[in-house]
Amino acid sequence: MIRSFYFILEKEFKQMMRSKGLVRMLIMMPVIQLLILPMAANYSIKNISLAVVDNDHSEYSRKMIHKITSSGYFKLTAFCRNSQEAFKEVENDHADLILEIPKNFEKNLVRENNQKLSVQINAIEGVKAGLSGGYLANIITDFNSDIRTRWVQSQGVDEPALVSVAPVNWYNRYMNYYLFIIPGILVTLITGIGMLQTSFNMVKEKEIGTIEQINVTPVKKQAFILGKMVPYFVLSALVFVIGQIVSYLFYNIHSVGSYLTVFVGMCAFLFSLQGFGLLLSTYAESQQQAMSLGFFFMNILNMMSGLYTSIDSMPMWAKVMTGSFPLSHFIRVMRMVMLKGSSIAEVGDHLLIMVGLGIIFNTWAVLHYQKRS
Amino acid sequence: MTQLLSFIKKEFKHVFRDKKTLLMLFGLPTIQILLFGFALTNEIKNTRVAILDYAQDNISKELISKIDNSKYFDIISNVKTEQELESEFRKGNAKIAIVFPAGLEGELQHNKKSTIQLIADASDPNSATTISNYFNNIIHDYNGLKISKSPPPMQILAETKMLYNPELKGAPNFVPGVIALVLMLVCTMMSSVSIVKEKELGTMEILLVSPFKPIFIIVSKLMPYMIISIFNLIIILVMSVTLLDLEIKGSIMLLIFASTLFILTSLAIGLLISTTAKTQQSAMMISLTGMLLPTLLLTGFMFPIENMPLPLKLLSNIVPSRWFFIIIKNVMLKGLGIGSIWKQLLILSGMCAFLLRVSIKKFKIRLQ
Repeated sequence: MIRSFYFILEKEFKQMMRSKGLVRMLIMMPVIQLLILPMAANYSIKNISLAVVDNDHSEYSRKMIHKITSSGYFKLTAFCRNSQEAFKEVENDHADLILEIPKNFEKNLVRENNQKLSVQINAIEGVKAGLSGGYLANIITDFNSDIRTRWVQSQGVDEPALVSVAPVNWYNRYMNYYLFIIPGILVTLITGIGMLQTSFNMVKEKEIGTIEQINVTPVKKQAFILGKMVPYFVLSALVFVIGQIVSYLFYNIHSVGSYLTVFVGMCAFLFSLQGFGLLLSTYAESQQQAMSLGFFFMNILNMMSGLYTSIDSMPMWAKVMTGSFPLSHFIRVMRMVMLKGSSIAEVGDHLLIMVGLGIIFNTWAVLHYQKRS
Repeated sequence: MTQLLSFIKKEFKHVFRDKKTLLMLFGLPTIQILLFGFALTNEIKNTRVAILDYAQDNISKELISKIDNSKYFDIISNVKTEQELESEFRKGNAKIAIVFPAGLEGELQHNKKSTIQLIADASDPNSATTISNYFNNIIHDYNGLKISKSPPPMQILAETKMLYNPELKGAPNFVPGVIALVLMLVCTMMSSVSIVKEKELGTMEILLVSPFKPIFIIVSKLMPYMIISIFNLIIILVMSVTLLDLEIKGSIMLLIFASTLFILTSLAIGLLISTTAKTQQSAMMISLTGMLLPTLLLTGFMFPIENMPLPLKLLSNIVPSRWFFIIIKNVMLKGLGIGSIWKQLLILSGMCAFLLRVSIKKFKIRLQ
């Protein structure tokens, strides 16, 4: 058993290394992606283009517009005479947001104690709309309390007692988006290799017919399967390490917690992921099938992984579903260990779930794999 | 002509015989629409909060009950010390913590001012910002209602109206993206792999020595994927309208015309890939990294293009789905006519014509 496993392993490594182009691509692509992806995936919202319709032209309206544009979040792209004109700007994607200041804004504010402003936001991109609305509201509230303080002082009225909030940001003090997104991206990069290539490699022998030759040899199916999996495990681990080095060199991201924990997590993750790839391969007859199956699941895994959207906000059934995917667990582990410095005990639940999933997938695959067609 | 027809028939049989692949091709858009519609949301709610209450007075109690009643926050634990707080964060149990300092009420009465601390797990900066905003609103309300009894002077009220997508749903942005992604997947990846398969298995040789014209081989190979794509498009549109309550505001004919243009472009890319790739595995890798990733990244539906650095912005111009995405958004969501998208249509047609010409020219009639 051990001896035949060794031979299979040798054969697999030789085959993998022989297709130099593929190996080079498998190693290079993640590095390139890691360099490009975070730049593209920069979701920090700034430079929101703003169209202003100022019907008042008073000191207050000018001051407010100045306060908004000097905040750094907004850039004034159009000064419009009326709301129709401003709406055109939104339709043509020249403006994301319209701020309309009504006539007699300043006068009414002083005389009637309150005044409405109209804000219209292009909300096709929900996150962006929500955040930019929030920023604008904050700036307007600030402006409001500025003028109010000045007014109260000039009138000599007592200031009201207020509770205020002192916000502190832990674990990512400078709100660096890369710190959040890169550990997650690293996980998706090795998913492609660990899952797709593992199942591909298996199905290829089926399609070409060489699997029958192996089936008639005394090689045990466990040895054969293990021999198929180890090379891609090594390759994925290699890409993972390279990815860590790249993110350290280019983004200065290093783990707050122990790298050993990260690595243990990776092993548990690859164990379950490759098991899943293997399972898919036992159900596929051709490479095209393996590809469409693999792609189908990879898409769902990626979408539900919590990489881009929050898992907490999902409905219950989706949370349960996400819980049975190895990807979401490992992304959590990565973020917890690398950003917060969580210890192996603190991420233990996630590790155990990944190992458990791995045992299920692998056993299922081995049981389903038959040494005859 | 009958020759061509019989070949198209053969290809259809090939594609439709493979039930598993077919199931995936139709299953993927369906599942994606369902997940985007019902599971994934950009709204942040049920944020897990840990409370550290040194004050234990009326104000802290009132605020805690206010937080508990908000749909944005779930209080998960009351901790006693800073150490406990930190471990809640490290275990990933809490996303934010509120610390009420000792003597909160007294300080408010004497100094007219008191401060509570909000500690956010800022690993995810955007959600940390949003959560802080929600919390500030709660405090704002509390100040307005409780402490100063009369309405504060000079109140500016910003009335915000969300255009095109009042409930800030994720679907309006994602549906056009899903359309672009699925069409790309079916057209580029599947068609390139299916052509390379004939090469790999050696059956391409048989086709090439037959009196059948190469152009006919191309047409018959691509036809099934074109039909599947159009079906997929219809499924996505019907599901968006019926399940996600998304309204198609513009002309459907225009939408289908633009989609056909995009499908042709994607097929041409698939053909081009198949002329260079030797094995199915490499055809897949090229389509995956060369086409699918750019579609995901540089189209604008996952990440806003205007935030990207200049080289990526320039690069995004050669990604066909980028233009297609603008067309669908304008026609489907904003209800604009051809006047607003003629530029994008022209660019897409140019790309389509160019790619078709190059790939047909490169399609080798000999194997070596």
